[in-house]
Parts: sequence; C-alpha cells; structure tokens
Amino acid sequence: MSFINDFIEKVNTSSAAKVQHVTCKKCSHEDTKYNLIKNDYICPNCGYYFRLGGRSRIDLICDWNSFHELHAGLTSRDFLEFPGYQEKLDKAMSTTKEEDAVVCGIGSVAGNEFATFVMDSKFIMASMGSVVGEKITRLFEYATEHKLPVIGFTASGGARMQEGVISLMQMAKVSGAVKNHSNAGLLYITVLTDPTTGGVTASFAMQGDIILAEPNALVGFAGRRVVEQTTKSKLPDNFQSAEFLLEHGFVDAIVPRPELRDTLAELLTIHKRSV
Amino acid sequence: MDSYEKLKTARKNGRPTGEAYVKGIIEFPFELHGDRRFGDDLAIMGGVGFIDKHPVTFLAMEKGTDLPSRLARNFGCPKPEGYRKALRLMQQAEKFHRPVICFVDTLGAYPGADAEERGQGQAIAESIMEMMGLRTPVISIVIGEGGSGGALALASANKVMILENAVYSVISPEGCASILWKESTPENVAKAADCLHITAQDMKNFGVAEKVIREDFDHFDKMCAGIKLRLVDMIEEFAGMTEDEIVEQRYQRFRKFGVFDEK
Repeated sequence: MSFINDFIEKVNTSSAAKVQHVTCKKCSHEDTKYNLIKNDYICPNCGYYFRLGGRSRIDLICDWNSFHELHAGLTSRDFLEFPGYQEKLDKAMSTTKEEDAVVCGIGSVAGNEFATFVMDSKFIMASMGSVVGEKITRLFEYATEHKLPVIGFTASGGARMQEGVISLMQMAKVSGAVKNHSNAGLLYITVLTDPTTGGVTASFAMQGDIILAEPNALVGFAGRRVVEQTTKSKLPDNFQSAEFLLEHGFVDAIVPRPELRDTLAELLTIHKRSV
Repeated sequence: MDSYEKLKTARKNGRPTGEAYVKGIIEFPFELHGDRRFGDDLAIMGGVGFIDKHPVTFLAMEKGTDLPSRLARNFGCPKPEGYRKALRLMQQAEKFHRPVICFVDTLGAYPGADAEERGQGQAIAESIMEMMGLRTPVISIVIGEGGSGGALALASANKVMILENAVYSVISPEGCASILWKESTPENVAKAADCLHITAQDMKNFGVAEKVIREDFDHFDKMCAGIKLRLVDMIEEFAGMTEDEIVEQRYQRFRKFGVFDEK
C-alpha cells in the first residue's frame, strides 16, 4: 500500500507530529500524534476512535493527492442576530481553521472516483446551518451532473438552531438533491461517525443506498437525556450505538476504521457501470 | 402578540386540531389506517376524500382534544409507524394522481426509546426524501405547532400555508432555552421564542410559508370554507402542470433557502 508509505513519509517529515502529544479521552493514555495517525486515529491502548476533522478523514480515505476541494469559500452569516452565534462562529473558525462544519470535494479510493462530504464535529458540533446545507446540496448536484457516486461522512449535533427555521429547511433542500442523485441511478454511501444525531440523522445520514457506521458511533434522532426524561426509565448502555442500530436493522455494516478504505473501494467497484 | 404569546396560543386547549380541519374541509373523508409494517399511529390520521370535485389524500397530525384522546393520539407526537403510514398514503396518492393535503400540528416527533429502536430518524429521512420526489402536488398547512423535523416530514411540500397564530421552529423554545441558558424558565423560553423567529409572519418573511391564514375560530365553518377555496385554487393551478414541473417547482422552492456569504 504505497499510499500509506507516502502518508507516513509525510507525517515523518512533520517533526511537530513526533513531539506533539495527544491524550485519549477514554483511557487518558498519552502518545505522540505521530503514533496516533499511524494507528488510523485509534487509541493504541484502548481502541477508542478519535473524532476526525474533515482533512484528516480525507487523508485517511483518499488516494494520495487525489482530493480536490469543491464549493469552498462559503461562510455562515448571523442573519438572526442570535445571541452568541457570531462568537461561536469566530471561535470555531479560529480553532479548526475551517470555514464551516463540512468539507466537500472529489477524490478517489484505489482509483475509483467519487464525490465526498466530510462533517467536522469540532465546528459547533457539526450542526447544520445554511452553509452545510448549501455545500452538501451543491455536492450532490455536481455528482449528479458528473455521474459520480457520493460517499458522505456524517457527524452532527443536528440542525443549527442559531439559524432558526432556515436550518430546518436545509434538511429538505439536501434531501431533494439526494433524491435527484438517486433517481439518476447513482450510488450514495453514508458512513455514520460519532456522533450523528438530530436533523442530520433525520435526513441525509439515513438516505444512503448503503449505510455504514464506525464502531461505537453514537447515532440517533432524539438525545439520550430527552429520551430518558420522556420514558422515565434507564436506557441500555448501548442505546443509539452503531451496534444498537445494526441490531435493529438501520445500518448495513459496522466497519472498523482500518478496513474502511478497502471496504469503500470494493463497494465503489461493485457499483461501477460497465462502459 | 409577541412570539411567546403566539407559542402559547398555538398550544392552547380548545384550539381546533387536525381532525376538525379534516371534517371542515374534506368532503366524504374515509380514514385509512396502518403502515403495513408495524402498526397504526393515531398521532397521524390519513385517508381519502374530496375537495370540491377533486379527489385528494389527506394527512393530519392530531393531538387529541381531551385526556383519553390525547393519550390515544400520543399528544400528537408521531412515532416511526406514523411517518411510514403517511408515506404509504402519499405514494398511493402519487399512484392515483391525486394531490396530498397535510395538516401539521406537533410538538415534534416522539422522543421515546421505542421510537428510536424503530428508526425515528430513518422514518423522517425517508418521508422527506420521498416527498421531495413525489410526482403529485403536496400542500401543507401548519395549523398549530410545526415542531422541527417531525413537522417537516409532512411539510416538504409544493406550497405551505400557516395559521396566523401557529408557529414553526427548528427546535422547541423550551429545548433551545435549556441548551443556551440551562434553565427553561418562562422568561428564558420567551427570549428563545423571540431569537428563533417562529411566528407565522416570520415564516411569510422567510418564504417558508406562502400564505398566512386568518384565524376565526368563532366562525370555524366559514374559516374552513375560506381555506377550501384557496386549496381548490392551488389544486387547479397544479392540474395545469406536468409531473416533472411539479417536482421541479418543489425542488426550487426549497433550493432557495439559505443565508450565507460567498467569496
């Protein structure tokens, strides 16, 4: 797998990754960022899956240098003058160095071309406002026009309430573009990552022809606390986990991160139309 | 009335609920039950009937009007089987080329453990996606509360009307208040209702609703007759369009939503 060697090479040259330390949220294990990246962002000690930003995910999945970003340059506007929204946006932009909670583009995996969107939970919990909705809609429109499959990596706290009902409308807007893509006979694979909830679960996360999930990812519609208050009972520990969804028939497969690239390559190959 | 007053009005006891509009607007309504998958959810009632001379499929969220009916209707909070019943009836309407009329009134989709187990998110996602491609017109009327994705699942429509004191929101003001200010005291809820812009007039300004309907519950029959006239106009307008045009009009209707800056 030459891409891995290339990749490791790249990381090697970045001496920062060698000295920079990261701590596992689950077991508090400390390691170098270099070791973590080499291990697909999985804790070498306890197996915890670190949440990935858009660029890291793209590096992990796409063939070396194959990714080309689309629909960049869109930024959110605090059009309702919602308390604290502008501050949240400024902070998220400065910590993530991203414009909003999704990165879109085209790339290839083992030579199979695809369009992709990757949501980033580090940006206001990857909540969906106008920018997220617009970029994903444009991506599906682009993929329909260019007859490309779409692989979407979802993560989200739900609709972005700071944009009021306009954020709710994004659910229907994206769904319309997904429907057109589907009607054109094109493949849409969703990869549910931790956490995928609310309005994103209730729209494009669950609209894939094939729905994959990362192990232990939290996926649900209503928040656990709300469900507990409603039902006034203790919920099982695995409630709304990827495994829970698999058991209830709502995901096709749980794919460990190290196998994800090969799995996606195979699924894309199977759906390739003979020329 | 401010947003909070409107929110309270939209939820007020004695305000007409879905079934009253079905009886007031649909002629010879015949109710159809069940999702053919799991069960029948009484939070959404559906069926067929006429509006003027036009056969239609109707769907109505029903909160109930007294305690026993509220319990039976789960206070108008649909479960996955409710959305799957609605989708079944919408696809049936498509097959027989009749318009779909939806009456929307819910605090939100039911946030219970059983609903999650049966795929609440998936049921709403499928409903929205299939509605966006439905080859027959859908007209939705928000008659009380348009609560988040649970409401949008019956409002991904070609045209949306809203009653003057109804509300439509991405999250309940209570939910918003408890996230932002930890406590959903009446003051915080009122503030959240303002911030979220949930009123019928807001919806008109955003283009989320095409028309605001004046309320006159003292003359409910007259009010229903007025709604019916508007529905007939719309149904006849869509009758002059091809199926492709109907789908495209709906797509463009939602395509325009979004406020952002672009470099």
